[in-house]
Amino acid sequence: MVPLPYVLGLAALLFSLGLYGVLTQRNAVRILMAIELMLNSVNLNLVGFARYLEPDRPGGQLFAIFVMTVAAAEVAVALAIILVIAHRRDDVDIDKINLLKW
Amino acid sequence: MAGLAWLIPLLPLASWLYIGLPSHRASTRYDRVGIGAVGIAFLLSLGVLWDVIRGGSAAASFTWAVHGSTAITIGYQVDGLTAVMLVVVTLVSLMVQVYSLGYMHGDRRYKRYYAVLSLFTFAMLGLVLADNLLLLYIFWELVGLSSYLLIGHWFEDPANVRAANKAFLTTRAGDVAMFIGIMILFSQTGTFAFGELGELAQAGAISAQALALGAILLFAGAVGKSAQFPLHVWLPDAMAGPTPVSALIHAATMVAAGVYLVGRAYPVFAASPEAMQVVAWIGGITAIFAATMALVQADIKKVLAYSTVSQLGYMMLGLGLGGYTAGLFHLITHAFFKALLFLGSGSVIHATGTQDMHQMGGLIRKMPITGWTWIIGSAALAGIPPLAGFWSKDEILLTAYYANPTLFWIGVVAAAMTAFYITRATWLTFFGAPRDAERYAQVQESPRVMTVPLVILAVLAATVGFLGAPPLGAPFAQLVHFGEVHHLEMTSVVTWGVTAAWVLGVLVALAIYAGGWISRQRIISGLRPVYTLLKNRYYIDDAYDYLFVKGSIGLAYVVGWLDRVVVDGIVNGVAAITRWFADATGLFDREVVDGAVNGVADGVSVGSQAFRRLQSGLVQSYILAMAVTVVLGLAIFVIGG
Repeated sequence: MVPLPYVLGLAALLFSLGLYGVLTQRNAVRILMAIELMLNSVNLNLVGFARYLEPDRPGGQLFAIFVMTVAAAEVAVALAIILVIAHRRDDVDIDKINLLKW
Repeated sequence: MAGLAWLIPLLPLASWLYIGLPSHRASTRYDRVGIGAVGIAFLLSLGVLWDVIRGGSAAASFTWAVHGSTAITIGYQVDGLTAVMLVVVTLVSLMVQVYSLGYMHGDRRYKRYYAVLSLFTFAMLGLVLADNLLLLYIFWELVGLSSYLLIGHWFEDPANVRAANKAFLTTRAGDVAMFIGIMILFSQTGTFAFGELGELAQAGAISAQALALGAILLFAGAVGKSAQFPLHVWLPDAMAGPTPVSALIHAATMVAAGVYLVGRAYPVFAASPEAMQVVAWIGGITAIFAATMALVQADIKKVLAYSTVSQLGYMMLGLGLGGYTAGLFHLITHAFFKALLFLGSGSVIHATGTQDMHQMGGLIRKMPITGWTWIIGSAALAGIPPLAGFWSKDEILLTAYYANPTLFWIGVVAAAMTAFYITRATWLTFFGAPRDAERYAQVQESPRVMTVPLVILAVLAATVGFLGAPPLGAPFAQLVHFGEVHHLEMTSVVTWGVTAAWVLGVLVALAIYAGGWISRQRIISGLRPVYTLLKNRYYIDDAYDYLFVKGSIGLAYVVGWLDRVVVDGIVNGVAAITRWFADATGLFDREVVDGAVNGVADGVSVGSQAFRRLQSGLVQSYILAMAVTVVLGLAIFVIGG
């Protein structure tokens, strides 16, 4: 069985990758993909902790499934917004979508 | 029968309501309702009179209002005077209403005319029956109202409206004084009832000053209503109304109400020698004063109007000198012969279309019935025996002869003038050559509804005097007397004085107008100032016009000026101050309160400038800040933990 630190390390690596993507990418779709990465690292954490701390109860796995569901819904909404923006301005550069400032 | 007396005024009241209320049936003959009601009232009055002659009487009263320990009652009483007055009022009213069928035929306000006649008859009968001053006062005002309505019957002409207003306001001046008089008597005795008032006054229960003041103020009401000097000015102008109205209201009944009031409250007057003196002198002055003005009138109705004023003065003279029976008897006889004369003049006016006697003349050939009844009426007025006026005037002058020689001679001179002016009017109207041929050609005798009342009244004017004739036992005095029935001894001075008066008056008038022996022009030019003075009614009307009418208008201007300058000034000043204050608070509100609010907002706005740059709109910078914050937080947690 893989020890817990390995799992946590992998999740941290994945999360950092996701965060890096979110912070650096200009394309909105890529940012969405990076967010998915972060969500999945969280899922990994949940499952890992559940397996090692409370092996008899499936709470962690259950939460992971909830997160996936929410992520799916979020992606649906975000993609719809991005689609509208792409239609309107022919561009999905996140730096140029700056209507909500001061 | 006397117990049914209360029913008599109710008949014209019902008739008034029936005629006066709006009705959709335009074809209803309103006149018949009015005549029927007053006809039945007349028959009832005759029954009451018959009952009273045989010793009957009736009275009833009920409490109207209670204030503290004072109860105000109203009711009616029937005695000799009431019964006689009831008959006179209903009879003259009946005659006038029948006569009006012809005179007012086709009038545009025929219905209103009959309605108000009924109202007047109701009010006058109520006045006669009232057993106390307060109720009498109510009816007193009601007859004044109907008089006003009828004087202004043809209100399209502003002159008629002015005449109606003049009559109403002039009598009102007397009425105010009368009301004060009533209140003085009430405050002294606590009662309005004639009976109690009379007993208390006779018993000396009222102080002499209060009694005199109350009685004189009461008499002021009579002065207004009976057109006595100095409030006589309205009656000649009241001739603007239809002539039958003049006959009923302004000759026979309403103007006699003042005399009736003095008669009804006689115990009160008799207890105050001062008040009696005032009544007698006002009456005497009015009698001669109005007679002089009647001498020069060209308008046939004006002659009769001044004559009425003069005769009412006679009645007051008689009453004031203690001739209770004589004064009231003259009221009765005068009612008949003056109603006759007025209706006769109405017949003439109806036929000729003018009231100016200078445009008449010779009418007796075309209008024999009107002419001969007129002659009977004028002979009665002049006091030619044995017609009605002779007996009553004789009684008054006889009373005056014993009581006050000065007033006796004034009365004799006035009697001579009476004979003169009525002979003059008779001659100018009915005899001589027609002065206006065109009018004369169109004249014809009035219809029978007009001549029949004339004949009936002429018969009465000729015969009613015998009721008071001493040779026949003076039955009137048995019925209407104050204290003991007493007869004054006839003296030759009075007999000859009275006879000389009317003979002289008639002869001088005939000499001037019929014979032409004395030139009219020479008299006028010889007495130019006097003639002018008389023609202008002694300038009393003008003086009143200046004093009261112009004075009121002037006062109105002054008050108006005060209103504009002072009252409006105060109001506008308050408004200006309020506005100024509002401006000040507005300024405070805008500058201080708004300034504080806006200052706070501006301060926040300026203070926030520094922080708004944080809101860059770059999502990734926010996320970076979040991540850094979380990492730092965790680091602090781990290291510090």
